[in-house]
Amino acid sequence: MLEVAAKKHLGAFTLDAKFELPTPGVVALFGRSGCGKSTLINVIAGLLKAAGRVALDDAVLLDTEQNIDIPPQHRRIGYVFQEARLFPHFNVAGNLRYAERRAGAPAFVSFDLVIDLLDLGALMSRRTHQLSGGERQRVAIGRALLSQPRLMLLDEPLASLDASRREEVLPYLEILRDQLAIPMVYVSHNFDEVLRLATYLVLMESGKTVAQGGIADMSLNSGVRAIIGADAVGAVVDGTVLGMDPSSGLTRVGVGSGELKVLSETTAPGSKLRVQLLARDLIVATRAPQQLSVRNILTGVVTAVTGDEGEADLIAIDIGGTTIMARVTHAATRELKLTAGLPVWALVKSLSLRSRSFEAARPAAPDPPAAPTPPAATAPPAATAPPAPTTR
Amino acid sequence: MMWLSANEAEALSLSLSVAARSVALSLPFAILLAWVLTRRRFIGRTLLDAFVHLPLVLPPVVVGYLLLLLFGTRGPIGSWLAQAFGIELIFTRHGAALATAVMSFPLMVRAMRISLENVDRGLEDAARTLGAGALDRFTTITLPLMLPGVLAGVITAFSAALGEFGAVITFVSNIPGETRTLPLALYTALQTPGGDHAAARLAIISIVLGFSGLLLSEWFAHRVRRLLGR
Repeated sequence: MLEVAAKKHLGAFTLDAKFELPTPGVVALFGRSGCGKSTLINVIAGLLKAAGRVALDDAVLLDTEQNIDIPPQHRRIGYVFQEARLFPHFNVAGNLRYAERRAGAPAFVSFDLVIDLLDLGALMSRRTHQLSGGERQRVAIGRALLSQPRLMLLDEPLASLDASRREEVLPYLEILRDQLAIPMVYVSHNFDEVLRLATYLVLMESGKTVAQGGIADMSLNSGVRAIIGADAVGAVVDGTVLGMDPSSGLTRVGVGSGELKVLSETTAPGSKLRVQLLARDLIVATRAPQQLSVRNILTGVVTAVTGDEGEADLIAIDIGGTTIMARVTHAATRELKLTAGLPVWALVKSLSLRSRSFEAARPAAPDPPAAPTPPAATAPPAATAPPAPTTR
Repeated sequence: MMWLSANEAEALSLSLSVAARSVALSLPFAILLAWVLTRRRFIGRTLLDAFVHLPLVLPPVVVGYLLLLLFGTRGPIGSWLAQAFGIELIFTRHGAALATAVMSFPLMVRAMRISLENVDRGLEDAARTLGAGALDRFTTITLPLMLPGVLAGVITAFSAALGEFGAVITFVSNIPGETRTLPLALYTALQTPGGDHAAARLAIISIVLGFSGLLLSEWFAHRVRRLLGR
């Protein structure tokens, strides 16, 4: 359990944040620039004094009521800064050793493991100014890991990188999440990154935490919708792999009581796959659709109809314990008489796979070889593994 | 050094020895003060800042006079040093080193402060999250990164110490072999009838010394910059 409560006045800005989420897992602190995300993680790290409480499982790091305020150097929190902050007077190995020598706990992440996980072997003797932006962040992540942290804080580690450099770093963050089980707090204003990495989302607005919860719930939150824009709105569903569809070679993923077919290398039953169904890519039907090219069709019941920006409504549909969201025009809402309780079919024009193996207890047996890619012309709407964008 | 006369060699080696002692004496205090003045906010900071810079604006003779009052045989600090440690400052090279240290101290602090202000405090925060305590951070991050400034301060102070005249002659007088450094020797030569030739030679020695100092400092600065990865 990660417990954070912080109050702090900084000039006209007031931080008033509170969240409590299970560990391990990746907590995304999400919000517009300047909403206080970085201020909050500086409080968690102890670099910024504030009133409140920070506790991780049994360890109380800050409790101003009990006069507990452990200094940052004793908090055992690994911090990856936006601008890496590598020490310029040491080479890569020197930076890593600096952290290793000062680790306040027995090593559970070994030097060799870090080099292996982050592919740092070839960089060891490089000076920090000889590294690319992506390499710098990998070294910074490795350095933070070698301090044997019980919590990792990542402050927009990819924000200063361009898109292709981002893709050089993101897979390593996924490895961290899946293989090391260190709780992480990830600050970002990029929703795609959040979808790739996070288990939980804490939404911040002008210094306050306004909502928190699992990614699936939070992907439907109105505050999150307001930030990411109408075109990016959509349900994020953590589905379970059911197996491979022999005729198409696609992976069958169970979501709610339905099933989607996606293109993925992960075909081992039981693995988790995160799928995003953008609201604008769903079509709602009130009768069973027939003779359509769309292959991914989910059945469900409308639970809510809310007005969205433009001439549109957002239709929340329960598909068996999981809610997805479709965007339709006001006219369509009227003509189809879409109201809560109405059984509907949701046609998925396209979807995107957001995470290869999210929080999956990796199956003991190795994954079967990747399925052959079906010819594009006859393929049902499906998604490819990241980093490919949404397929049409 | 066969091309130097005995007197010249004596003045030169004395100058170097006094300057080296002066730098060694002021270096730790200068680093401490640069850090305190840059990083700490406290009441009286401006006053301390002004006090450190006082030797820059005072006539050196005044500094020498004040040193006489404080460190003279009957001065409060001078008499204590003599009784407790048997250290005689007046009319000795130790006194010359003290006088040059006081005079060059503000130059040293200034150079270090500029460098320290350019040290990214974010790197110190990063070290802190990695488990480094205050002293650890200072010695492993701050000090190495402000090294160009420390070096610049040392070189400036050393050069100033070689050339200090007023404070030295007022405080410890002009004693051959003990306090007669290069500038004092040059002055003496000029005061001596027929000493023009000797004065010119001493001036040339000073110029060569200063020039090699500059070249050496450039080379050092280059090495340090490479060490810091810039």
